Amino acid sequence: MNWQPSADLPMLRARAALLDSVREFFAARHVLEVETPLLCSAGVTDPAIEPLIVERGSSLHSPHYLQTSPEYAMKRLLAAGSGPIYQLTKAFRDGEAGVRHNPEFTLLEWYRPDHDYHQLMREVAELVCSCLGEKPVQYITYRDLFLAELGLDPLTASLADLRLRAQQELDLGSLDGDKDLWLDLLMSHLIEPRLAARGLCFVYDYPASQAALSNIVEKDGQLLGQRFELYVDGLELANGYSELTDPAEQRRRFQADNTRRRDTGFDEKPVDERLLAALEAGMPQCSGVALGFDRLLMLLTGSEDIRQVLAFDWARI
Amino acid sequence: MANYSTNELRSGIKVMLDGEPCSILDNEFVKPGKGQAFNRVKLRNLNSGRVWERTFKSGESLEGADVMDRTMEYLYTDGEFWYFMEPDTFEQYQADEKAVGDTHLWLKEQERCEVTLYNDSPLSVAPPNFVELEITETDPGLKGDTAQGGSKPATLSTGAVVKVPLFLSQGEIIRVDTRTGEYQGRASKS
Repeated sequence: MNWQPSADLPMLRARAALLDSVREFFAARHVLEVETPLLCSAGVTDPAIEPLIVERGSSLHSPHYLQTSPEYAMKRLLAAGSGPIYQLTKAFRDGEAGVRHNPEFTLLEWYRPDHDYHQLMREVAELVCSCLGEKPVQYITYRDLFLAELGLDPLTASLADLRLRAQQELDLGSLDGDKDLWLDLLMSHLIEPRLAARGLCFVYDYPASQAALSNIVEKDGQLLGQRFELYVDGLELANGYSELTDPAEQRRRFQADNTRRRDTGFDEKPVDERLLAALEAGMPQCSGVALGFDRLLMLLTGSEDIRQVLAFDWARI
Repeated sequence: MANYSTNELRSGIKVMLDGEPCSILDNEFVKPGKGQAFNRVKLRNLNSGRVWERTFKSGESLEGADVMDRTMEYLYTDGEFWYFMEPDTFEQYQADEKAVGDTHLWLKEQERCEVTLYNDSPLSVAPPNFVELEITETDPGLKGDTAQGGSKPATLSTGAVVKVPLFLSQGEIIRVDTRTGEYQGRASKS
């Protein structure tokens, strides 16, 4: 029986020290640490994320979902007037396992009322540099990044152009899908590797179809999500938004997600009515971000495999 | 055959891809936090030996290939086929030139080999890492020249030609590393 941990002792110490630095960072800025439940009665509708489900137990009146992120609960705290909050917590995503993924992982998530996503990006950069040491920081729009790296405009290129470009450089068999699939493929297979050794690279202003829960605005005739992703030396580390606060629009996005889930052969997920009620009551304008804590530790310790930074990886639980 | 989801593909699993039997070498899970998940799978085509890297949508499934590795004893060749036997069942298999390839240079009767079966017929044959073979032809040995470097070609009983030290002569048995084709030493006398 292999009972030993996957991380070695120096790694466990590095993890503890990194948790301390993160807590110090937020304490100095008067951001409140909170804890919210890991189990939720409503899952996420996000078509790209599958939750793990807890089926049985005398305390459960229905199956409950292990959270895929603490986003909805934290937004309810914001609506209740919490002010700036952060959380270090476990999140669970079914089927995500690899050198950069573990189905159970640690997220650092925080929200800043009255910050827009540009202000939040700067704070994310400060946090990351306070943990990893100074590194170059670059801010580039999703559109400019595609133009610079691939010579393709992601907002105006046709599905056929995107597919052709991907097929020229990669062996894809019969892979097919909508425009977002091709954008995700180009981003993850061709662009991401080119961000290696470039320090912090914030990519922002995503196509509206990839806005997730960010505010959508019109800019130069294009609809853009006020969303950003942070890549550090090519590793995707954080995802943030100027948060959507309109309950009617939130309900529409949940429904659109579920339509997409149904069309792609996944089951629909119940909508989180408590979140919608909180938005109805009024959530302050704010920005929020989720950062992969295990990946931050990977960057700090130069680890190539997430299993090296976990006390017990998925195969050892 | 069983089907495998892309999430189950691990090194060593054999699948069918584009009608060809393949062995998985590596499987990388690639997923943007808010987007489509992919698996970048590296595989070796067991027919051609070619290595592929193919990207799949996560959750797609691939048909398993009826491919098995078996340890078998090499029996003989009739010039057209090479014959192998499963030591437990005494079942015999004939492998053609395509399956045997350059491995015929290292095949000695009664030697154990790894035979890869696809749909129950040999797809490839791997020799043991080390074999002992007789020198059938080489220049006469130079007495006393055991310390100095320098080598000469020697033809072995299987037809393989390897470089051997100058002091060796015809009729001697030598040990060869089949992965590199290099002389390892004189075989211990039996």
